Amino acid sequence: MDLVSNLALGFATAASPANLLFCLIGVLLGTLIGVLPGIGATATIAMLLPITFQLEPVSSLIMLAGIYYGAQYGGSTTAILINMPGESSSAVTAIDGYQMARNGRAGAALAIAALGSFFAGTVATFLVAIFAPPLTAIALEFGAAEYFSLMIVGLVSSVALAHGSIVKALAMVALGLLLGLVGTDIYTGTPRFTLGIREYADGLNFVGLAVGVFGIAEILRNLESEKTREVLMARVTDLMPSRDDFKRMLAPILRGTVIGSALGILPGGGAILAAFASYTVEKRISDRPQDFGRGAVAGVAGPESANNAGAQTSFIPLLTLGIPANPVMALMIGAMIIQGIVPGPNVAAEQPRLFWGIIASMWIGNLMLVVLNLPLIGLWVKLLKVPYFILFPIIMAFSSVGVYSVNANVYDLYAVAFFGLVGYLLLKLRCEPAPLLLGFVLGPLLEENLRRAMILSRGDPTTFFTRPISATLLAIAAVVLVVVFLPAVKAKREEVFVEED
Amino acid sequence: MTILKALLGAVAAVSLFSAPASAQTYPERTITVIVPFSAGGPTDTVTRLVAESMSKDLGQQVIVENVGGAGGTLGAGRVAQAEPDGYTLLLYHIGMATSATLYRNLAYDTLNAFEYVGLVTEVPMTIVARKDFEPNDLKGLIEYVKANKDTVTVANAGIGAASHLCGMMFMNAIGTQLTTVPYKGTGPAMTDLLGGQVDIMCDQTTNTTKQIQGGTIKAYAVTSPKRLKIFPDLPTASEAGLPGFEVGIWHGLYAPKGTPPEVTDRLSKSLQKALKDENVIARFAELGTEPSSEADATPAALKAKLESEIARWKPVIEAAGEYAD
Repeated sequence: MDLVSNLALGFATAASPANLLFCLIGVLLGTLIGVLPGIGATATIAMLLPITFQLEPVSSLIMLAGIYYGAQYGGSTTAILINMPGESSSAVTAIDGYQMARNGRAGAALAIAALGSFFAGTVATFLVAIFAPPLTAIALEFGAAEYFSLMIVGLVSSVALAHGSIVKALAMVALGLLLGLVGTDIYTGTPRFTLGIREYADGLNFVGLAVGVFGIAEILRNLESEKTREVLMARVTDLMPSRDDFKRMLAPILRGTVIGSALGILPGGGAILAAFASYTVEKRISDRPQDFGRGAVAGVAGPESANNAGAQTSFIPLLTLGIPANPVMALMIGAMIIQGIVPGPNVAAEQPRLFWGIIASMWIGNLMLVVLNLPLIGLWVKLLKVPYFILFPIIMAFSSVGVYSVNANVYDLYAVAFFGLVGYLLLKLRCEPAPLLLGFVLGPLLEENLRRAMILSRGDPTTFFTRPISATLLAIAAVVLVVVFLPAVKAKREEVFVEED
Repeated sequence: MTILKALLGAVAAVSLFSAPASAQTYPERTITVIVPFSAGGPTDTVTRLVAESMSKDLGQQVIVENVGGAGGTLGAGRVAQAEPDGYTLLLYHIGMATSATLYRNLAYDTLNAFEYVGLVTEVPMTIVARKDFEPNDLKGLIEYVKANKDTVTVANAGIGAASHLCGMMFMNAIGTQLTTVPYKGTGPAMTDLLGGQVDIMCDQTTNTTKQIQGGTIKAYAVTSPKRLKIFPDLPTASEAGLPGFEVGIWHGLYAPKGTPPEVTDRLSKSLQKALKDENVIARFAELGTEPSSEADATPAALKAKLESEIARWKPVIEAAGEYAD
């Protein structure tokens, strides 16, 4: 059996003492970096690239991969504890995770995130090992028309992210889409809405925007009154999920894993949708949708699993084609090239030790993460007990450093400050930042693929309906739309809204 | 250990920022090479390989900093304004020349804002297509695209990218305008070429070598003056039907205007040494390129290259009428 011998080779490689050590260093460093607000895996890996010169190729890649999923994991920790998502996927975790923390259940939320991630990571690793080549073939079927339709599904579903008024959610999506337009139009080279500032030629920085509208806004809100702050700190009760929590997280984790694994394969931004899609599904099929946005266990378990599964399967295009699915993967390719391995479609055949070693180390890394982090939960939660006059300046300092480190661009810092104020204003208006962020992420992809699909079809819009995958996705979008606006569901939504007031 | 060193180096670099440059004792501290693109890309890789080797010769850490944005012009602008003490350098590719025309409001004057250290490498380009594309050689390709100019699509990685420039030059050379499909970066463009969503592309060997070897795309020609060692059977564009068609993504090392000549000379010597480093040669070869010759890795050669390339690309870009601002 090929697979067995391949996996055996992989585990033999990944489990050598040196590689285990590098994997551990990677996940530790990744977790740490992820926990520091604003500093993401991209900046860290870029900073550590020079170190990989001195290491063996397999070891260095195992370490870098460890940083990647460690950071993914750590990012959820900050999203839950201080409402500061470092990347689009943890923006979803912040919605219910942070509410759980405010209810004194930060420990439980962290544990749910850890367990969900681990399960999803395990499943996705095996998917990568068994099905990488056929899955790649499916991913390649996705052209511009398909991506456009996929983004439509994402946008339509985004309404479910809101737990208040649908109108406000739509307004936030629209605002996000508009913000996503800032930057150079890739088709004509025309700068749009950059106010003549060259530093915005490549658009607004996602981390800057997210740190602003979520984190800084939340800090401002917390500084408003002494009371809310004390509530947050005093009520840290259960560290572990209850039996009831376990019951309620099981199905969302399974569904999240499936959604995340499927979307992660698509190199053109599919992984971004994973967490959002999972949240939407969970909220739709939950028998207690009113809990969402107020600390629903499923709202943490589902998206976290989806996010982690997507993170694993996004290695597929890299490993089978040598094509990066996101900036972190591009860095990994850079690291490989520096090591003298130019990744391409033959990397599995030419470098079996490397290929299977990385796959095996994914699972080992995930195991390490869960083993490391479950005991650490108590420590992370203690962070909340740090007095705000120490904690808040530290958060602000780290997030500024983090945002700046991505591109060494001061204007990104101005964006953080500006969107901090915008976020605060939105909070006051009871508008939620999550749909805004989704619009911001999906907007450029939507536009880019719409126009590309039209160029490729020579201006024929039927391309969206005549290509089977695209047509199916549009049909799904239509169904979601109908469900959202079905009177019964609408009534239920309004009921929820009233309750909240 | 190494992180600590790098951190200490960075701290030292900041604290010594105001120290006067002394050409005799140069270099006394960490040198930063700014790459005006994100980490992990071809230019970044080239820089890191060279920087690593130059560190050994200069006896000081040469670290790489990525300042991406606006087609590389942000990073170049940063270096143009940096202290001319030899501690901030720029490694920029052909974009240094093309951006002078592509951008009509650059923050610096390309020809007067820099001192020259030397050419680093000239990465050849390959004209490639999706693997089931009908034509089998370059002549056939040219006939085919001329006959089907309404349906053939050319992918590129965005305005100002190597693939955009080469595509522009290709259409200019065959005198036929095709439908261009821009992408945000080489990754997605290559994905769509692999998936057969677009027809042809002209891109650096750094991006295409492994795909050609893996048989996932079809190659028609290289755009270098000579055939490449890794593809002895692949003709040059000149041989295969486009006489004189040569496009190379040349990379140069620059310093801010006013850097003392002793310093740029010292850097040139070090660059020349690095380009003879076996590790550098081997890694470059895997990317389908080779280091510039000793004669090219000099200030004069780089200056001449930049001037001639600005003059060469200006009419092509103006004819296409595609600007980046």
